[in-house]
Amino acid sequence: MGQASATTGGLNRWLPYRIRFEPRMKEVPAWYPLAVTIGAIVVALFLGGILISLAGGDPLRSYAHIARASFGNLGVFSDTLVKATPLILVGLGCSIAFRMKLWNIGAEGQFFLGAFGASAVVLTPLLPPESPTWLFIPVCMLAGILAGALWGFVPGFLKARYNVNEIITTLMMNYIAVAWNNFFIYAVWSEGGFQMSRMFSRSAWLPRLADYAREVPLFRGLTVHLGLVFGLLAAVVVWYIVYRSRWGYEIRLIGDNPRAAEYAGINIRRNTILVMMLSGALAGLAGMSEITGVVHRLQGSISPGYGFTGIIIAWLAKLNPFAVIIVSILFGALILAGREIQPSGIPKMIQGIILVSLIASDFLLRYRVRIVRLVEEA
Amino acid sequence: MDPIIILQAGVASGTVLLFATIGELFAERAGVLNLGVEGMMLIGAMSAFSIASATGNPWLGLLVAMLAAGLISQIHALITITLQADQVVSGLSLTFLGTGISLVLGEGLSKAGTISLLPNFSIPLLAQIPLLGPIFFTNQSILVYAGYLLTPLAWYYINHTRPGAHLRAVGEHPAAADSLGVNVQGLRYFYVFVGGVLAGLAGATISLAISPGWFSELTTAGQGWIAVGLVIFAQWDPLRAAFGSYTFGALRRLILDIQGPTTLLGLRNPFYYNPYWGFFLQMLPYAFTIIVLVIGSREAVRKRLGAPAALGTPYIRGERGL
Amino acid sequence: MSESQATAVYNATSSPPRPPVIQMLGIVKRFPGVLANDHADFEVLEGEIHALLGENGAGKSTLMNILAGLYRQDAGMILLRGKPVTFSSPRDAIQAGIGMVHQHFMLVPSQTVTENILLGLDEPRFLLRLSEFDRKVAEVSERFGLKVDPRAKVWQLSVGEQQRVEILKMLYRGAEILIMDEPTAVLAPQEIEGLFTTLRAMAAEGKTIIFISHKLQEVMAIADRVTVLRKGKVTASGVPARGMSRAELARLMVGRDVLFHLEKEAKTPGEVVLSVQDVYAENDKGLPALRGLSLEVRSGEIVGLAGVAGNGQRELSQVITGLRKCLKGQVWLSGELVSNKPVQFGIQRGLAYIPEDRHQVGSAPNLSITDNVIMKSYNKEPIAHGWMIDMTAATRFAEDLKEAYEIMAPTVRTPARLLSGGNLQRVILAREISGKPRLILAVQPTRGLDVGAIEGVQRLLLAQRAAGAAVLLISEELEELISLSDRIYVIYEGQIMGQVTDGNIEKIGLMMTGTPLSQIETGD
Repeated sequence: MGQASATTGGLNRWLPYRIRFEPRMKEVPAWYPLAVTIGAIVVALFLGGILISLAGGDPLRSYAHIARASFGNLGVFSDTLVKATPLILVGLGCSIAFRMKLWNIGAEGQFFLGAFGASAVVLTPLLPPESPTWLFIPVCMLAGILAGALWGFVPGFLKARYNVNEIITTLMMNYIAVAWNNFFIYAVWSEGGFQMSRMFSRSAWLPRLADYAREVPLFRGLTVHLGLVFGLLAAVVVWYIVYRSRWGYEIRLIGDNPRAAEYAGINIRRNTILVMMLSGALAGLAGMSEITGVVHRLQGSISPGYGFTGIIIAWLAKLNPFAVIIVSILFGALILAGREIQPSGIPKMIQGIILVSLIASDFLLRYRVRIVRLVEEA
Repeated sequence: MDPIIILQAGVASGTVLLFATIGELFAERAGVLNLGVEGMMLIGAMSAFSIASATGNPWLGLLVAMLAAGLISQIHALITITLQADQVVSGLSLTFLGTGISLVLGEGLSKAGTISLLPNFSIPLLAQIPLLGPIFFTNQSILVYAGYLLTPLAWYYINHTRPGAHLRAVGEHPAAADSLGVNVQGLRYFYVFVGGVLAGLAGATISLAISPGWFSELTTAGQGWIAVGLVIFAQWDPLRAAFGSYTFGALRRLILDIQGPTTLLGLRNPFYYNPYWGFFLQMLPYAFTIIVLVIGSREAVRKRLGAPAALGTPYIRGERGL
Repeated sequence: MSESQATAVYNATSSPPRPPVIQMLGIVKRFPGVLANDHADFEVLEGEIHALLGENGAGKSTLMNILAGLYRQDAGMILLRGKPVTFSSPRDAIQAGIGMVHQHFMLVPSQTVTENILLGLDEPRFLLRLSEFDRKVAEVSERFGLKVDPRAKVWQLSVGEQQRVEILKMLYRGAEILIMDEPTAVLAPQEIEGLFTTLRAMAAEGKTIIFISHKLQEVMAIADRVTVLRKGKVTASGVPARGMSRAELARLMVGRDVLFHLEKEAKTPGEVVLSVQDVYAENDKGLPALRGLSLEVRSGEIVGLAGVAGNGQRELSQVITGLRKCLKGQVWLSGELVSNKPVQFGIQRGLAYIPEDRHQVGSAPNLSITDNVIMKSYNKEPIAHGWMIDMTAATRFAEDLKEAYEIMAPTVRTPARLLSGGNLQRVILAREISGKPRLILAVQPTRGLDVGAIEGVQRLLLAQRAAGAAVLLISEELEELISLSDRIYVIYEGQIMGQVTDGNIEKIGLMMTGTPLSQIETGD
């Protein structure tokens, strides 16, 4: 129309279209969110490729390398699953906290504390070194879970009692956890002045598939350990809690509308503390599983940022426990293969880009983008 | 261990927090929570150092750092203001992105060797003031002096100018501002940019002045997050933000320096003879941040103050519903 | 065609020949799923008070938001004194002399009156120089008789004062045309009279006033001419208000003859269900909100609570449900003390609560209808099964309610945010009433609903009364209170001023502004 072009200049005359965002008033088809997610990842990999080229790398070779080095054969796939194991547990922990809109950014610290708890059982020692594996595993699990839950309890309590922003507290607790572990690594459990503890006794190791290579030759060299089973079981348990239990209903209701939850008589403070503890417990279990399944000693570098990657995984999986498993395997691959990629920041950068494009893509789930003509329809 | 020297260094190190905190304060006053401060600071620190070492000109590094961090802050602005995504998640992802990019582009920078830094100098006359002179006005970086100016200017701008009133209105009641023709979205983009620029400045302050160099993620060591916490402690007031920043800066210095001397107040220095106790000292800034948050939150409840009313919520004009 | 029959076109020949100041021609505005304005024409003459009448959702506010530059029409044009204009923002409209006072005040609570008035203006350029502008604001407020302290912070002002600030904001900008969106909704009857006096004085000074309302009697009291909107279309354009009967206007507004009276069977109230005794409570700011309030509701009666918004209604409903601390006094539900008990305590003893705010409090937008209807029963058999929730039972429960309460939605898995206001209210009512409550606490249950949905809600409340429930109806709609309630209490500043059983609107009005009933009766 004349009036529109009079104000916005000549552009409208040549291009009488406008992009308009309309909120969706209907449910989207079931395939749509998945398609948008995949689309976002593709865009992210593309953008990441541009940045890799800018930094002087070859994006195609980097990506091909990642694929080959993580899914190329049974052996590397097993290594991928080993990397995915802590991610599954941490991702589940984050997903249940995020479900209640509790921003637990402290999974990294809770992971460290879980590793500390398990180590304490072996190194203090709470159990004599000659104890059998069937005793070591549950006691270490319990210690890891409790230590992680304690690390989740502090910010949960401060949030519930004083309404302290949990994002900052959980984050600060990460730094404290690292210093705490370092104290024990350097000062208490240091082996011969090295910055690591002694190796755990074999009976404190989680069993690996490779341990059964004599019975099943196919398992030879496969590093997958019992922690993966913890992760898979935890996913089932978390699914049941969230979608089928009264507690999960309360969590979902608080997450979606805390005022409605209050009005329905749900105790938000108690749930804040409990959910933060559960979230911390899962991250703590991840730490325990990593320390007894892979590292077998307490040292400084036990995590390439599992706790932070768990945040992305939970978000990418749209908080769905089973999707967490799949996404964790993909990120496990990225971490595994990323170790050899130069420059070393690439995996982290790609994670960041994926997360950014994924959040942006959420818009397409809530809005329809329509191109409208600027003229009146007859 | 001279307390004057610790305080002097504390003011310098507090300047980093000050820039980041005031920047975040501007963004939050406009209603946008940006948790990407840490990432933006790393971008700033990395680009400042890499440009300065490539060109030999620290001023150019400073400028590029501010622009680069400002630029990356606009990703957060786009996602939260236009695309209306959750500000918490978007800010987190900005930290990931900023950290990742600065690690990739900063590869090898740590071996770059020495570069020329921004100048340090003393202010004539003011440096003579007993006690305060040596702490605040002697042999400080030019950026430290910039910080002294920034604080009152920010306070005056927010409370006593027309654009400041618009900023407050946009963060408290965007619909009201919009109904009177204030460009809510535009101002929010702008103040997120301001926040980014100041975070970049904070990063550059580290790598070009306070503790020169590029040490990957350890360059900032979580100071971006402490800044986010300080905004809450400051109750969105620049003067309190300055108080918090300098106090924290001094604390950080004290922790570094307390392990040096063999005696402390005439007694055997336990931190010297038990070097591992240093790990507990390392926890202190983070533990203090938590304590400061508890104090800030309790005070907010008691005085019924609070965050800008529209903090964290996108503004959409013309959405159906009354 | 019934449509064209209902559309009445009148020529304003009887009024003096004043030029049209605003003409809106063929305005179309579409929102996703709704056609808010469908080729609407609207014409206002210089210096008149023109009412824009229509029920909720008829498109009145949308049309005026277009005129005020907040929205942009999809089609149609606006003429200002005969010249076409386009407003791309409210600033453009204000510069053209058109100002709008919104239903929900557009004021920044933490800023002073002057700061609010100066917001968005080019003057002062940079420094605020508040003391200088305080004086200028005071001058304008004096000229129009709108008394308010320029230095006060907005959050310290009463609702009536805030409205004055809103009007001042527009006058300060030199607005010649003032759009008032439902200005009486927040005022007591006596305050409304004061507002009307101000509006008439402004019209006499040559200002043009557009008065948006859905209340017939107000429109007839204040307006020179009326334009009626129904479902986005104009059904009467520029009708002189004096020449119309109330029933005629009502028919134009809703498109059929309206029942002004609901059938209500006579019923003797039973035992006392709710007893509020001398209750004290604070509001969110820590100021006293309830100051020794007492009331009683018996089974089989609907008791209304009238009052201007913000006199403690919200706090009272929260104290009864256990959401707010009761500092002194008690609340009893069927002989059990419920004040200062967990919210669950009341719920388990048959307390149903229909909150004022369907979206913010009453529902969880992203959860399914099923999840929304089990909000009060998720922890009871048969839906709860030990620690677990029996999803089959929950789904069956939701499907039964969906049918019984005619909730229009594709499935019970549909998220609540996709429901219309009326359907969402049905979900809430279904949830609350299906628990066979002893007491129903209904706060503004019909606010923002269209006429059909309002009737549905009112019928449900009457049915619950017939079934022997006690109903406490808190509302600001006096007509609704009078037609539904057996008795009406009036609340003012946290105290009960008295009660009426005969629906005497004058007495209610006096009590709403703070005159206790005892004084009214002795004063006569």
